[in-house]
Amino acid sequence: MAKHRGRGVATINYPIGMNLGGDPSQALVHSNPTGKFTVSLSSIDLGQGMKSVTRQICAETLGVPIEDVYVDTADSDTGPHCMGSFASRGTHRVGNAVMAAAREARGVMMEAAAEELEVDPGDLETDGRGAIHVKGAPHRSISVRDVAIAAQFRQGKTISGRGIFLVPLSDVDPETGEMSPATCYAHACQIVDVEVDDETGDVTVLKMTSAYELGRAINPKLVEQQLVGGSWMGMSHALYETPEPYYPDTREGPRDFNEYLMPGPGDICPHDIIVLERPAADGPFGAKGPGEMCANPSLPAIANAIFNAVGVRIDELPITPERVLRALRERGRSVAASRAW
Amino acid sequence: MKTPIQLRLNGEEVAAFADDGANLLDVLRESFGDLTVKGGCWQGTCGTCTVLVGGNPRLSCVTLAESCSGNSVETVAGLRRGADLHPLQSAFMEHFAAQCGYCTPGMLMAAKALLDRNPNPTREDVVDAICGNICRCTGYEPIIAAILDAARKGARRSA
Repeated sequence: MAKHRGRGVATINYPIGMNLGGDPSQALVHSNPTGKFTVSLSSIDLGQGMKSVTRQICAETLGVPIEDVYVDTADSDTGPHCMGSFASRGTHRVGNAVMAAAREARGVMMEAAAEELEVDPGDLETDGRGAIHVKGAPHRSISVRDVAIAAQFRQGKTISGRGIFLVPLSDVDPETGEMSPATCYAHACQIVDVEVDDETGDVTVLKMTSAYELGRAINPKLVEQQLVGGSWMGMSHALYETPEPYYPDTREGPRDFNEYLMPGPGDICPHDIIVLERPAADGPFGAKGPGEMCANPSLPAIANAIFNAVGVRIDELPITPERVLRALRERGRSVAASRAW
Repeated sequence: MKTPIQLRLNGEEVAAFADDGANLLDVLRESFGDLTVKGGCWQGTCGTCTVLVGGNPRLSCVTLAESCSGNSVETVAGLRRGADLHPLQSAFMEHFAAQCGYCTPGMLMAAKALLDRNPNPTREDVVDAICGNICRCTGYEPIIAAILDAARKGARRSA
């Protein structure tokens, strides 16, 4: 009876958004007469940071301070269409839609500014601090606020833009059945160290080490937050969570947080994370998105680490102490049988 | 029947009549309008409804309101002083210790109970203090880091 240490590795290629395309999201951007901008979305921020990331993307594309952009995700009855917050698609799909909408709104804003300054719109640039000026002549300047007032009350223009991002449905090659499942992939590798108690079947996760390549990290702190929380969830799926009954049928299944187990703050381990940024060709500012993939590698890596520690290959989740003990007993029998043979 | 409940809620004397057997969570939200207190499981297992009664962390969903009458109750609504956030609130923001935010009120109050009685906690003390609070998003590490940071900054201020 002893505790055995083991190390497992898993790598993943994660397709961003729904496989095979046909996966649109829309955004609308408009200014009010004081030069503040609203992004209208139906996309939902579950806490992952959708509002922060789309706000950054809009402000950067418009060339205005981030404080002047408000993201409204209020209501899917009244907002532009979105497929939803899943499949790690938010930053990539919604971000691209916001970028397109902000680009169109910026075009109107620059035309309105050009009319006020009596110059060509192509000669203007934004300073990112709330003003628009003639390239090379910063004194020939007008504030975004004054442009918005002029557009609204004198020129009769709405400073607004529409954006949609849609990966078209993939064609099927009639000969081979080949399709194009995704346009954009994120990648990860995770190493997990565990300790397995062969008397109790308990698995303790000792350390996680991860590398994630997810395009440009538009908001690095939010990316880190996703990766830390997601790996906890991966560990929870690998070792704890199940809606299945213990014995013998569904009436004996977990009914509440007393019985539906998840790792607590005392069960977490140190996690070293490296984020690699290789901008995606079709991502907003090169972004892909962490999303679901942050939970994915932990499950196979933990299963591999257990195999490495005690030599049993468990392919049913979660890997409970009972399953570990049953697998160890099974292996003991086969070892004993082969010796007897 | 209604029962009179009198509390010192975040430093203010408040009173109301509540249903017999009402739990503290419902009385705080419905009688006293303190919506910073959240109900999660209503059976004392998730911790998000944690408030301080007489300075001790209590699961308000399974605490008889009547049993708190005459006592002091602290909730997240009483954490900030005017425009100034409590050091724990600032630390939670700096460490990105909230995602969906549902566990945050309970985490903050469990952490406050800890720091009020132990201003220099170890990591183990922090884990122990929040082990009754479930978080589905953060993986706990940012929350632990935030509480330890708030303790460090609080200790510096009083030194």
